[in-house]
Formats: sequence, C-alpha cells, structure tokens
Amino acid sequence: MENLDQFRVETREWLEANCPDDMRQAMRSDEDQCWGGRKWVFSSEGQQLWLERMAAKGWTAPRWPTEYGGGGLSGDEAKVLREEMARIGARRPLSSFGLDMLGPALLLYATQEQKEQYIPDIINGKIRWCQGYSEPNAGSDLASLRTKAEDMGDYYQINGSKVWTSYADKADWIFCLVRTDFDCPKHEGISFLLFDMASEGVSTKPIKLISGTSPFCETFFDNVQVPKGQLVGTLNKGWEIAKYLLTHEREMIGGFGLAGGGMKGMGQLAAAKRGTVDGRLRDTSLRSEAISFELDEMAFGLTIERITEETKAGQGAGASSSILKMYGTELNKLRQELFMAIGSTDALNFDTDEKGALVRNWLRSKANSIEGGTTEVQLNIIAKRILGLPA
Amino acid sequence: MILNEEQQLLKDSAKAFLNESSPVSALRAMRDSGDDHMPELWSKMSEMGWPGVVIPDAYSGLEFGYVGAGVVLEEMGRTLALSPFLSSAVVAASLINRLGSEQLKEKYLPAIASGELTAVLAADETGHFDLSRISTTATASESGYTLSGQKRGVIDGHNADLLLVVTSEGDAVSVFAVEKSTAGVSFETRLMVDSQRAADITLDNVTVNENALLGTFGGAAEALEFTIDVAAACSAAEMLGVAVETFERTVMYLKDREQFGSKIGTFQGLQHRAAQLFAEIEVSKSAVLAALQALDTDSDKRSVLASMAKAKCSKVVQNATEEGVQMHGGIGMTDEFDIGFFMKRAAVCRQSYGDYHFHADRFATLRGY
Repeated sequence: MENLDQFRVETREWLEANCPDDMRQAMRSDEDQCWGGRKWVFSSEGQQLWLERMAAKGWTAPRWPTEYGGGGLSGDEAKVLREEMARIGARRPLSSFGLDMLGPALLLYATQEQKEQYIPDIINGKIRWCQGYSEPNAGSDLASLRTKAEDMGDYYQINGSKVWTSYADKADWIFCLVRTDFDCPKHEGISFLLFDMASEGVSTKPIKLISGTSPFCETFFDNVQVPKGQLVGTLNKGWEIAKYLLTHEREMIGGFGLAGGGMKGMGQLAAAKRGTVDGRLRDTSLRSEAISFELDEMAFGLTIERITEETKAGQGAGASSSILKMYGTELNKLRQELFMAIGSTDALNFDTDEKGALVRNWLRSKANSIEGGTTEVQLNIIAKRILGLPA
Repeated sequence: MILNEEQQLLKDSAKAFLNESSPVSALRAMRDSGDDHMPELWSKMSEMGWPGVVIPDAYSGLEFGYVGAGVVLEEMGRTLALSPFLSSAVVAASLINRLGSEQLKEKYLPAIASGELTAVLAADETGHFDLSRISTTATASESGYTLSGQKRGVIDGHNADLLLVVTSEGDAVSVFAVEKSTAGVSFETRLMVDSQRAADITLDNVTVNENALLGTFGGAAEALEFTIDVAAACSAAEMLGVAVETFERTVMYLKDREQFGSKIGTFQGLQHRAAQLFAEIEVSKSAVLAALQALDTDSDKRSVLASMAKAKCSKVVQNATEEGVQMHGGIGMTDEFDIGFFMKRAAVCRQSYGDYHFHADRFATLRGY
C-alpha cells in the first residue's frame, strides 16, 4: 500500500503539472472528444499536448504492456490514475476503438510482429480504427455476414459491404470480419482481417441519423487487396476473436451508464432548475424518477467496480459484459430522458444551445440499446449462457 | 469488492448449517405448530458464536464486521431462517456499542454475543419508521428516569429480553435500555404474514435508574443514524438472499415445467424476464456489498449507500418474488408449495427498518434534493 500511496502522490503531481487547463473542463458534447488518427485536427493546443504527454507515459492505455508503449500499470495503479484524473476533472486524452476494442484482441490473438506494428500507433493515437462488423443482412444475427475474402495467392481480395461502421469516413484502418469459407456452419467460416481504409476499392457513405449527425457509415469493398500478413489469428477461426472483441465493445458501451465524473447528480440538476421546498425538489413526481434513476446509476457503477475486481481475481461470470451492456445502455437512455424532462421546452432546441446538443444526445442514445448487440440479444445471451435456459 | 477468505468461509459454513438446520420446511413446521419463533435454532447459532459477529473482541464477540453479518444474513434469507440475529446481534448490539458507556457495554454485549440475552430496538411509533415523530418521553426522577409511551410493530419484540427504547425530548432523542420484566412494560402482539409476531409495546410510567440511559440525555441522534444504516444495509443483505433463492428456484422450474410440448424456459417471453431479473440481482449484490463495506470503514458515504441498498433491494426482492409466483403459475399460489413463503418474508423485510419510500426519500435528502 505504501507503494500505491507513493504512486498516487507522484501521479497527482504529474497530472497537476501536465494536464492543460482546457482539458480539465467537462466535455460539452461529442465534439470535445479527441479521436486522433491521420486526419485528426486538434481542437486546441491543449488537446494536442494532453494526448502527446499522456501517450508518452503510456497512460492512454494504462494497463497495456510497456513493451508496446503501454503504461504497464497494475489494476490498483490504474484505478489510482482514474481516481486522480477524476479528481481534477481531466478528460480522457484519447477516445479510440483501437483502445477500447481492437487492442485487447490483438494482445491476445496477434503475432509478435503484428503487435509491434499496430499497438504503438493505437496508444499514441496516430492511427484511428473502425469496426467492420454489421452488414445490411447481418445485424443482430452477426454471424450470417457475407462480405467475402478470396485467397488470391499472396493476398486476399475483399468484396462486399458493411453498415453501421462507426466513423468509417474518419478512420485510417479497419478491423473487419470477412467470410473465408461459405461451405460450413456460419460461425466457422469467418476470419478477422486488418486493412488500410485508404486501400484502393474502399469507399464510405455517411448515414444521417435521426439526431441529424452521422456517426455511422455504409462501407463498400470493391476488389480490395489485403496482404495475407494482415490476417489476425487462424483462418476461418475469426468468430472467436470477434466475440472476444465484442465483450470489450459491450463493456465500453455499457460504460455509458456510468455517471459522468464531476457532474451534478440528476436530482441536484433537477433541483437547480425547478427549485426546492424545505430542501426537497419542488416537483415531487420528478423527484421520484430522479431517485429511482440515481439508485440504479449508483448500484450500476458499483457493479462495474465489482465485476472488474472479480475478473482480476479470476472469478468473473463469463457473460458479464452482456449484463453491463444491457443495463448500462438502458440506464443511459433513461438519463437522457430525464435530461429532457428537466430541460423542458428549452431542451427541444435543435440549432441553438450548443447546436442542440441535449436533444441530439437524447436521440443518439436511442442507438445505445441497438449498437453492439441489441438489448434483446444481450437478454438472449444472459438467458442461455448464464442461466442455462433451454433453446 | 470481493469477499476475503474469512468472509467466504463464514458464508460457506452459514450456508451449510442453514440448509441442514433450517430449511424452509422448518419454517412451515413452526407455522403449522402455531409458534412464532425458533428458539432451538437460535441455541445452535449461539453455539457457533454467530450472535457475536459484529461485537468487538473486547466484549467476547467475533468482530467479523458488517460484511460478515451480511453474508450470514444473505444465507438466512435463502432458507427463511427466523432468529433474533438481525434485530439483536446486529442492530441492537450496534446501537449499544456505538452509544453505550463502558459499563453498559460490559453488562450487555458479552451476553448478547453468547446468545443468552436478546435485545431489540424499540423506536418506531408510526408503523412506517418515521423516527422524527417519537412521542415517548423520559422524565428525570429522583431515582433515574420515568418512561411513558407506545412503540409499534417491534418484530419479535415480545421474545426479547431487553428493549432499547427511544424517547424524544423536543428535537433531541435518547435511548434507554429497559429490561423486559420492568414494571409498567406490557406487550400486545399481532401475527404477521410471514408467521412472526409484531409487538406493540406500552410503557406506562416505567421507572429505570440513570444507568439505563445509553450515552447522554438527548444525545442519541448520531448513533441512531448509524443504527439505521446498519439495519438498512443488513436488512438489504437478507432481502438479497430471499431474492437470489426465489430466483434460482424459479429458473429451475423454467427448466423443468413443460407446456405446449416444450420446457417453458424455451419461451423468449419468460427468458427475457428472467434475464432482466438476473441483471437486477447482480446489481443488487454490488449495492449490498458496498453498503456493508462502508459500515465496516465508517465511510462518509455510509448513509447514502445504506439507504441506496435498502431501497434497491426492496424493489428487486418485490420483483423477484412476484415473478417467482407468476412464473410458477397456479402452483405458485398454493400454500402447499414453498415459493409463497418467500413472497411473505419479502413483504416483512421490505417494511422493516424503513421501506422503499423511506429510504428513497432519505437517499435524496442526503444527496441534496
């Protein structure tokens, strides 16, 4: 514990000295996130400095091995870092599918050469990744995907299309599920490929959502050539990697259910808007809803802590990512509903008030329980894999 | 947020003991014989030292802390074991330990820890645990104090040896340790839905000497808040056990019962409800453990977490027992089948030491709205 206390002191000092002022302000909308990559334009000098400084310490990926540029921290140290960042309201230096999804899968399944090639650029934010999973006819039933990779001798030739590819138009590389064998059960002929989005034959088309924004794209592959060394794991065994990666995606999305650090609680926010009578929120019906939400929000945050610690101790439940995904996303939808209720008619503004951030976030949140496997798919997984209910 | 080895051992041994000594059939037998408590079970628990689980070593307790008490209570909730464990060994002992003088602690805590003495909190007068409305009074007299008033719905209170009577002096509150046999103390009991009895207690000019006062006159507020936290978090642990057991029995039934030529567990309508409930129970586990740990460390989040856990588990055990009966269908409504016992106990636990609404309101007030 003494070492941990020492680590806390040093971390606090370092963060104080190195976290720019504008990176200590709460994010107002998605636009305040830093995604990195070849096309990234930093919104401020602070944003760039913050990424560079954190990446240099490996603290964009605190727990990854130092040999690839990670922080090499223990679980306890990483927790201290999170706590100390939260203490000063420091923003996450890098939002990244490379960090949240691909990296863990590479660490487990990639060759040494692949790890050395791809992981450092995830950590320093030089390459922005997107995820080629869903297809027009393979949504909840992901394994029925049909994008084809043909063996052309020294390369694979890719044809097909993906949909709901988050930020495909802004990404540099894609991790992509392709079918390499059509003559077998659907889970068995899938492979996991990495390739450059600048490759000839790749095109993207943003999909405009009900929120008016376009975080997702359609992505098309027309005779795209991918060197064979960019296959991860074994040919036709990509589904295992795909599922492993999905558990990380679900945990990431489930994390939307967590309370924002340094933000006012829902009840206090409502009280600030509606006023109080004898210290209690004036609107008693809203108060009841805020309480019910905050109870779940707090218990959910503790559950993430508990499951993280259990996993570390090797006693976690296998499908816990489905619980977190289902619960966290339903919670975030409820949060956005309450923000709308508290904001009342002002919350409806679509072009004023940070370009309608509130109402657009509310609309955006409706995708939370669809993307990364719908709530219904998660419930199927819990019922079958954890509870063992018959098919 | 993981049990340590000692806590895990305690949980395992509690589970084994309760399955053996107090399965649900024991509750049924008690009810059918017209009894309202299980003295033999308490003797066995006492032999194992359980009544001393939160009591400090200095007073002959085990000093296992509230996480220790919680794991035992969770197992008790699973078999619906009836005992003064929560009311005496956990709640009353905590109040005495927090507030009492050295002399009172030495007088009562070792006796509670051995199980030979049982104590109970006699605070509520409203039936809904509104401790801001206490009208029982304590008047200073030559030999000590004279207590007068009425307490409502003290579960198993008539079987306790010692009452911790809360009195009000304007805004201040005090606690007195009143032995059951003291002149002027009388009980009327009501049978409750789970086959226990609740006692309405009348204190008619009860004279106690000044040593019966815990702490200072009018100085019990902080210790009472602590005791509410203890009661809420530990009652939540018991409800968690009721919910988990009800749920497991229900899932077994889904795997077993056939209708329309299939196991009913193949139906997605039921699968999704079961999966939802499972997620809620997982979330409740974290709530309970965090609340118990906060008691052990006397954290400044103690009260928020305790009320959160009690409120959350009240809802979840309600949901679990309701779904338990519904998914069992007609047989779930019969007295012959055990699932109804869980619903009945859940109803009593939910009302004990403040219900959902009490703790939801307390939670919000503590969080500034």
